[in-house]
Amino acid sequence: MAINFIEPLYEVVRNQDRCIKCRVCENQCSNEVHRYDSDLKVMLSDETKCVNCHRCVALCPTKALKIVKSDNCFKENANWTQANMTSIYKQADTAGVLLSSMGNPEPLPVYWDKILINASQVTNPPIDPLREPMETRTFLGAKPKDIVKDKSGNIVNNLPPQLELSTPIMFSAMSYGSISYNAHESLARAATELGILYNTGEGGLHEDFYKYGPNTIVQVASGRFGVNKDFLNTGAAIEIKMGQGAKPGIGGHLPGQKVTADVSKTRMIPEGSDAISPAPHHDIYSIEDLRQLVYSLKEASDYKKPVIVKIAAVHNVAVIASGIARSGADIIAIDGFRGGTGAAPTRIRDNVGIPIELALATVDKRLRDEGIRDNVSLVVGGSIRSSADVVKAIALGADACYIATGALLALGCHLCRSCHLGRCNWGIATQRPDLTKRLNPDVGSQRLVNLIEAWTHEIKEMMGGMGINSIEALRGNRLMLRGVGLTEKELEILGIKHAGE
Amino acid sequence: MVTIDCLDKDYKEVCDLVRSSQDSDIKLKNVVGQRYIAAGIGGKNIKIEGVPGNALGAYMDGSNIEVMASVQDAVGDTMNEGKIIVHGSSGDATGYAMRGGKIYINGDAGYRTGIHMKAYKEKFPVIIIGGKVGSFLGEYMAGGILVVLNLAGNKDIVGNFTGVGMHGGKIFLRAKEITSPLPPQVKCEDASEEDLKELETYLVEYAKDFNLNEKNIMDEHFFVLKPNSANPYKRLYTAN
Ligand code: SF4
Ligand code: SF4
Repeated sequence: MAINFIEPLYEVVRNQDRCIKCRVCENQCSNEVHRYDSDLKVMLSDETKCVNCHRCVALCPTKALKIVKSDNCFKENANWTQANMTSIYKQADTAGVLLSSMGNPEPLPVYWDKILINASQVTNPPIDPLREPMETRTFLGAKPKDIVKDKSGNIVNNLPPQLELSTPIMFSAMSYGSISYNAHESLARAATELGILYNTGEGGLHEDFYKYGPNTIVQVASGRFGVNKDFLNTGAAIEIKMGQGAKPGIGGHLPGQKVTADVSKTRMIPEGSDAISPAPHHDIYSIEDLRQLVYSLKEASDYKKPVIVKIAAVHNVAVIASGIARSGADIIAIDGFRGGTGAAPTRIRDNVGIPIELALATVDKRLRDEGIRDNVSLVVGGSIRSSADVVKAIALGADACYIATGALLALGCHLCRSCHLGRCNWGIATQRPDLTKRLNPDVGSQRLVNLIEAWTHEIKEMMGGMGINSIEALRGNRLMLRGVGLTEKELEILGIKHAGE
Repeated sequence: MVTIDCLDKDYKEVCDLVRSSQDSDIKLKNVVGQRYIAAGIGGKNIKIEGVPGNALGAYMDGSNIEVMASVQDAVGDTMNEGKIIVHGSSGDATGYAMRGGKIYINGDAGYRTGIHMKAYKEKFPVIIIGGKVGSFLGEYMAGGILVVLNLAGNKDIVGNFTGVGMHGGKIFLRAKEITSPLPPQVKCEDASEEDLKELETYLVEYAKDFNLNEKNIMDEHFFVLKPNSANPYKRLYTAN
């Protein structure tokens, strides 16, 4: 037998004094780490299979389990890290492209953490959100340039279709297929209760969820899965997916085994067949072609829905956004390189794209400089982790934020980054009925509502602290931000001053 | 039947008139490149004189369109149901991601014809091209039938990269030999009795639509192209 070079990263530590051999861990672990040895009458574990999702730890009734980082290590080397060495072994074993999930885990700069928010002292008093009304309501869509009046002097309503959000946060695209029915139901119900929107992703819309249409963004990607007239007319907005932060320049591929009967119905493809979304839309090679898709969608939906164009944050993002702002799109969504994914080639996830903070700042500036900022709203995602990130994004120029990984964490995800295995122990990134039933949509939607309500409250507090009582007044208000430990160039791109200035 | 004169009308006006027409039988005359005609529309019978613009019948949901001349790009994009008959030729990306319905072209078709076509349950898309096609025919094809007849007997019936990434459906090529190279995802065989029987139903209809002799069409050798495996990317990955 060939020698296995790959060492487990984690150890499953069981306190045998506490273990009551109830076998809960064995039942809960879809990776088949735990097993009961009836001869020895002990629970054993095979940690080579453990992905550190903490399901067994959370459910062990006697708290007998912990997962610890293994201190078993290869000979230390700052250049050839254990991860780099292990990748080589894996590829030498299999000749495969490395596949990972969730966002870029590498220690690349997180600019949110180097930006600080202002507060009022003495001269401009803070506002107390408990006492005074604070407006977080957000409208997304193109804003008309001029006020038009008819012959008798009445104002003509020339407002293009808008999305109304109670708070500037939406759940970003995750397809049914990449995540479970119950996860989708949780998102849809929470969005409805909160007065915000969730996004179908490129997998079509399950018939049960048509009723959440007013709070749904329907997505059209290169594979056009599940896209038909009803789908387009059910959502509140239509999003054209050009790219995704976790894998810019790469399409999607849902393997046949994840295309279950129900997923097949939603995507409108046969059961068990691969669902391949090619990297490009093969009918879009230019902004003019994009314009054609934007308008064909508007035609098919009677100009009643805003059209969103979603792109990944890449080097030329400002120029691309400028083109999109002229294509007839109402909203541009930009996804940063730390955005999550159900599966992406590791090398692409970890090396392609740019941070959303820089992309947002440069796009907002470019659109302003060109006088076309009001043509579109800007929505940003790609690892918005807290209400502070939202406040910073809006002050940098965003109209609203997209969150996905954060929403999944609220549903129980422990960021084990193994979604691509399809065995998510938390019932999220899987289609296995025994696993999906672990996520209760009653509980899930409530947890999402809690999260967004808490963030909204925090946003109001931060705004109040700055003496601002409406999100409109925070938008693009870069004077409210300062950088710490950033270079001249970084500050220039972000368009903010250094702390102390 | 209502007649709409499209001269000097922009696409939005034409599309609005088509959408709001009470009469389901519509004749559009003097069409000069207006885009998106009948996008997402069901239940109408539309006859078009002149050349419609891009994205004719995109997302179309059960209308019938007959174009007396040629059409431009992206005809029947993501079409769900219905039928488009074109007496001339069609541009690029004909029937992109089409899920159901029929597109019958009398003349040639451009690049990327029928790419990402897919079938689902009773939905089964069919594209028949009377002439030849450009490169990338049936790329990423996942279902349905694509037929290229080459009735004019050109030397090269298809361009390069036919069926790249194909993982479902069938492509029929009416030819004695295929001169263009085929990618490894595609297996090319002589059409079997069964394949031909399946094809014949559509060809009978096609011949009738264009007033052709069905026998002359069937009386030639057909190749059938099918994907080599339903899951072409299966073993490409290593979990990391
Ligand atoms: S994979 Fe998850 S459930 Fe299984 S042993 Fe590891 S932490 Fe526990
Ligand atoms: S969704 Fe599930 S599989 Fe994916 S990272 Fe979260 S816990 Fe792990």
